[in-house]
Amino acid sequence: MQTKRTLFRSKTLPYLLILPQMAVTIIFFLWPAAQAVRQSFLREDAFGFKTTFVWFDNYTQLFSDPTYENSLRVTVVFAIGVAVLSLVSALVLALAVDRTIRSSQVYTTLLVWPYAVAPAVAGILWWFMFNPTIGILPYLLSFVGYHWDHSLSGFDAMILVIIASSWKQISYNFLFFVAGLQAIPKSLVEAAAIDGAGPYKRFFTIIFPLLSPTTFFLLVINTVYAMFDTFAVIHATTQGGPAQATNTLVYKVFQDGFIGLNIGSSATQSVVLMIIVIALTFIQFRWIERNVQY
Amino acid sequence: MIENRPWLNFFSHVVLILGVAVVALPVYIALIASTRGPNDFYSGVVPLLPGPHTIENYKQVLFAGISTSGAPPIGLMMFNSLVMALSIAIGKIAISIISAFAIVYFRFPFRSLAFWLIFVTLMLPVEVRILPTFKVVSDLGMLNSYAGLSIPLIASATATFLFRQFFLTVPEELMEAARVDGAGPMRFFWDILVPLSRTNMAALFVILFIYGWNQYLWPLMITTDPHYYTVVMAIKRMADVADSIPQWNVVMATVVLALLPPVLVVIAMQRLFVKGLVETEK
Repeated sequence: MQTKRTLFRSKTLPYLLILPQMAVTIIFFLWPAAQAVRQSFLREDAFGFKTTFVWFDNYTQLFSDPTYENSLRVTVVFAIGVAVLSLVSALVLALAVDRTIRSSQVYTTLLVWPYAVAPAVAGILWWFMFNPTIGILPYLLSFVGYHWDHSLSGFDAMILVIIASSWKQISYNFLFFVAGLQAIPKSLVEAAAIDGAGPYKRFFTIIFPLLSPTTFFLLVINTVYAMFDTFAVIHATTQGGPAQATNTLVYKVFQDGFIGLNIGSSATQSVVLMIIVIALTFIQFRWIERNVQY
Repeated sequence: MIENRPWLNFFSHVVLILGVAVVALPVYIALIASTRGPNDFYSGVVPLLPGPHTIENYKQVLFAGISTSGAPPIGLMMFNSLVMALSIAIGKIAISIISAFAIVYFRFPFRSLAFWLIFVTLMLPVEVRILPTFKVVSDLGMLNSYAGLSIPLIASATATFLFRQFFLTVPEELMEAARVDGAGPMRFFWDILVPLSRTNMAALFVILFIYGWNQYLWPLMITTDPHYYTVVMAIKRMADVADSIPQWNVVMATVVLALLPPVLVVIAMQRLFVKGLVETEK
């Protein structure tokens, strides 16, 4: 690990400096995580009198549970929906901003602020927009003959949470795409233009391939966002319903643990999620390492 | 700009204006709703033009609270949110900068281990270990307190990592010169490293303030006493209470109040915000 050529010498000072961070990390992160792992191997009886060590029973039970399978499917659909919608709209906006010269700063300001809106607030905003009785969007949809009701239709509920979650994430993706576009050497694009390549050809043969590292990075970040940070969006709007249609993995951990009080199953789900996050973080860091080298 | 294509430029502006409008629409609707009276939301479609009840609605939510939901005034909740956001932002910066200092400028046993332990926290979002963390906080008697709202969220791998990367780029000569002049480690830290890190701290502060203000699940779980509710978590409660017909005018006034502070921070400090966002992810 990198340090400085010359270092300070002290026996106690570095420990004192690192103590607060370590204390918080151990008490509020590592210890609870270890507890989750421990509980995932235990099962409590219905009255909480006796806990038995059950090896991987919780895990086998979890993976054969149709509601968990459903939740996994919901999460995949949701994550793909959020990633595609927010990445595509952010890329289109970033390309448009890249073409403007004088007004780009103004547009950027007008597009980035939703980053600061809390996921729960974003959920409530779109919930209001989509309110079946008075919302403006169901009103517009009724003209094309679509009857919107996210409290009855699982499809409508899924669309609602995807739109609310993507809305907040567009600004983030937009900023990274704008930075990525600015990093593309102008000479490449100019050379292609001199050779007679039009804007569309240039986009697909030069700009998009050179943006692929940014896109990949954002894909990982958006997956993490859709899997974990959208808890509040779902809790504030559909609460996993109707009929489990929006019950993503992270929402299910909360629901089974806090409302269903099924500690063993909830802990097992936590462990599965931790493994997923660790895998995603690892992928992200591999990408960063590779990127740092050139 | 490579070549002049007026229609493509025009099209770009159309796309951008549409984008800005779509992004702003939900907040516009909320803003309008917060200026109307309660009777505008029974039937038909949401109003699109402002009404006359702005001051009345905001006065009610800020100082009186909403009688039907038994919630305290939003003014108090905004104060709680502010305390939470500031303690998280300042706390994270403070403990991260000293631990990064220890990791970069000292060699001590278990240094690598400490670094990796801190790093692991990055991988454990609060949502996935919510139940055991709740238990720890409740065992420590930190439910319904500002300490419980902020301290468990204060460890930050990203901030530590950012400061570490920054310290590694600080020229070696600065430290050598300081040592020649007889400065000890803490003197070097306060007089040289902290002033040099000022921009990084400010950029991090913007990001962390937003992070703290927008916390939802955590305050929802550990506060049962309405005097410690934060504004973001309270909106949900308000929208639920009168489930048949939520009082949309006051709910939306609360929504506007809840999103205003972080949005203003982003707009006012846009340069720092972009810097903080891009650098914490690198």
